[in-house]
Amino acid sequence: MIRREDGRIGAFLRVTEDLARAQAADADRRLAAGEAVSPLTGVPVAIKDVLSVRGVETTAGSRILTGYRPPFDATAIARLRSSGAVFLGMTNCDEFAMGSSTENSGYFPTRNPHDLSRVPGGSSGGSAAAVAAGEAVYALGTDTGGSIRQPAALCGVVGMKPTYGRVSRYGLIAFASSLDQVGPFASCVRDAALVLDAMSGLDPCDATSADRPVDLLSELEVGVEGLRLGVPREYFGVVGMEPGVKAAVERAVLELERAGAELVEVSLPHTDYGLAAYYIVAPAECSSNLARFDAVKYGAREDAPTLLEMYLRTRRHGFGPEVRRRVMLGTYALSAGYFDAYYLKAQKVRTLIAQDFERAFGQCDAIVSATSPTVAFPIGAKVDDPIAMYLSDVLTLGGNLAGLPGISVPCGTSDGLPVGLQVLAPQWADATALRVARAYEAGRDGANGRGMA
Amino acid sequence: MTAPAGVTERWEAVIGMEVHAQLATRSKMFCGCSADYLGAPPNSRVCPVCLGLPGVLPVINRRAVELVVRTGLALGCEVARYTKFDRKNYFYPDLPKGYQISQYDLPMCRGGRLDVGDRAVRITRVHLEEDTGKLLHAGDALQSASESLVDLNRSGVALMEIVGEPDLRSADEARDYATALRAILRAVGASEADMEKGQLRVEANVSVRPRGSSELGVKTEVKNLNSFRALHRAVEHEVRRQAAVLESGGRVEQETRGWSEAEQRTFPQRRKEYADDYRYFPEPDLPPLELDPAWVDELRSSLPELPAVRRRRLVEQHDITAYDAEQLTQEVATADLFEATVRAGAPAKQAANWIIGTGTTLDPARLAEVIGLVQSGTINRDQGLQVLEEAQAGGRAPGEIVRARGLAQVSDEGELAAIVRRVLAEHPQAVADFKAGRQQAAMALLGDVRAASGGRANMRLARDLLLEQLSR
Repeated sequence: MIRREDGRIGAFLRVTEDLARAQAADADRRLAAGEAVSPLTGVPVAIKDVLSVRGVETTAGSRILTGYRPPFDATAIARLRSSGAVFLGMTNCDEFAMGSSTENSGYFPTRNPHDLSRVPGGSSGGSAAAVAAGEAVYALGTDTGGSIRQPAALCGVVGMKPTYGRVSRYGLIAFASSLDQVGPFASCVRDAALVLDAMSGLDPCDATSADRPVDLLSELEVGVEGLRLGVPREYFGVVGMEPGVKAAVERAVLELERAGAELVEVSLPHTDYGLAAYYIVAPAECSSNLARFDAVKYGAREDAPTLLEMYLRTRRHGFGPEVRRRVMLGTYALSAGYFDAYYLKAQKVRTLIAQDFERAFGQCDAIVSATSPTVAFPIGAKVDDPIAMYLSDVLTLGGNLAGLPGISVPCGTSDGLPVGLQVLAPQWADATALRVARAYEAGRDGANGRGMA
Repeated sequence: MTAPAGVTERWEAVIGMEVHAQLATRSKMFCGCSADYLGAPPNSRVCPVCLGLPGVLPVINRRAVELVVRTGLALGCEVARYTKFDRKNYFYPDLPKGYQISQYDLPMCRGGRLDVGDRAVRITRVHLEEDTGKLLHAGDALQSASESLVDLNRSGVALMEIVGEPDLRSADEARDYATALRAILRAVGASEADMEKGQLRVEANVSVRPRGSSELGVKTEVKNLNSFRALHRAVEHEVRRQAAVLESGGRVEQETRGWSEAEQRTFPQRRKEYADDYRYFPEPDLPPLELDPAWVDELRSSLPELPAVRRRRLVEQHDITAYDAEQLTQEVATADLFEATVRAGAPAKQAANWIIGTGTTLDPARLAEVIGLVQSGTINRDQGLQVLEEAQAGGRAPGEIVRARGLAQVSDEGELAAIVRRVLAEHPQAVADFKAGRQQAAMALLGDVRAASGGRANMRLARDLLLEQLSR
């Protein structure tokens, strides 16, 4: 399937055929022997190129990591491996997960299976496209400002970013440590919940992972009867919101009301400042996180007469333009004399945004909105306009700044292209987000969805 | 550069110390690797975390936090209830992540004090961080080396920084501050603090100013100090150098200077033309630490008697000199041995002399026995040293060794008098010298008497007999 389809789509950077066959054979053996298995045993998964897989080249979509094979599994990967998953390969993404279209990949762009002239979204575009094209049953992505939810919306699949701290970040090649989370793509909400369930929970290797009970499945089919769903007025009036997207999302929200939810209008007054705050905090962290790519220990080194020149050449040629832009932005924001005006101010805004959500969740159990203000855009349309590209995440990055769980579930089309409904829930209420998304999906598809279980 | 005479009378030294101590933890600061890297093959004490591989995360070593808090308490610091880690960003090949996890604006401990003689030195802060790796250059320096090799065994070892205010006024004080600090670190078990092994790294910030001035001069930071002696000499040299520069109308450059052991002088290493911008920001991979006051109180009450307190007590309780007490309290085990030896019956002054003079680690009962044998005149001091050595090596009791080896000293007057007579007969010139008024000649003759007795003579008696025969 991958061999047949992926030439057109470009979802995969590397296919791990031998590994997949070995894992599949092992799963067959376990199933035949009647050993205890998990719902994921033998099920093929595509992995975003930022999650370390032992012995498999993992490059974060960057040339600077060409040839780097981690000697260890990311915790999320280790958990799936022990669940009997079958690893299909590493999927394309924006370099170091910086982007919203997968066009910033250091290798090649990925195409949207619904329209090959359009982007799949990003940064986890390869994973979203792989699931949308049926190349993988499910896939893993990471979400720092919307990098799971936005491509899920643009590719017409389910994608979830759990609460910050729910899934260990150990082995996830960091973009912005305080925002990054690992999450699943799947063709239905139940599959996404199963995958998330298998990856979640405290990890002694990640001091920011939480020791909280994980119960993502028991409430899944309860429905939305009696739930209060917040409709943030700011999220329906953002710059660049396409009317077709708005209409599809409004229809979806009304369907949830028909299914028994109570709609409540809420306000997130600091929404306008979110993008600016995000584009200080995330680059600041990335400027530091990416310092280790100095070619002293691993990765492609460019020889030079002096140490400084070696650093400069290696990093100038190893990183693409968007990564260099963000490293420079972040370095500037953290510099003496600018720290207070930028980084510190952004952190204050971040607190205000978290408080916006807290207040809103005083009035409702979950918040519904569009995931992306637009449908998939043509390849090349925004590459020369970073700000237009950044606006792709305006509805999702608030969830990262506040550490909230958020899911995108397909809700119809606009101009024949998929639209995503985003459900945000309070911290640790991942089950609520899944439950609302599942209720919408069940109403849309009837009781029998697609999926693994 | 040599300073004209009298220069140090006109200029006052102002010295502040920054001390890094490797903490005595079994594992590294943020991973499970062994922190015991001395002598290990290069890059054999490493894992993805301390190598800084993509995607790895730090996990705080609780023991390291405990040791920093113990040190802070021992220095009378206030321990923070809320503390956090920050990233210090800079590029260097021995720093695998491109940043060092350290503490910036909320250190674990602040505002302590360390007494050095009569000088109270204010402690600014004590904080926790991680050590870097090491570079080996094929050549003299990174920039000119044909090849540089990186060993990351030390990368991520728990490191504590203790910053003092510029309250020291001489090289002696600087050295005494460092030794006092080492004694405290050892007493609370925070660090083995061996300078030669790099477990204690001392940097001295040195400036001078005209005596009577209250302004601070331009400082230099003196590094590469591998011993207390080096510290002392480097500070002494640097103070004279700066004074000479100023006397000759020059200006002291703010810079980092190394200490050359071979040339016994400081030399410029790196000029600080601009302030380094480390772009500190809170480490997002580690949640802030809230130190439970009850836990801190527990640590406070479990602190051992600190060296300064013990020093005073030893002087008062045992009537020994301040110098002896100082020597004895450098190591907890030494002071323990002293007190136990006294309890076992040895006179305090003798116990102090024997312990300081020999560095023995014999058990206190046996040490007291050796001292007793010497005191009672059964054996002389030289024999005492032999017995001590043998008791330590072989484990036999001192009394038994004396009996078995027939070591008891010769106190028989007749026997000793015969030896003395023989020696005088053999050295007529020395006898003549003595009679001509050269007192030293008697000392030489006494040495010959000791040799002639096979080292067994009761020397007090031998001396009396010698002087008696000489004065005839």
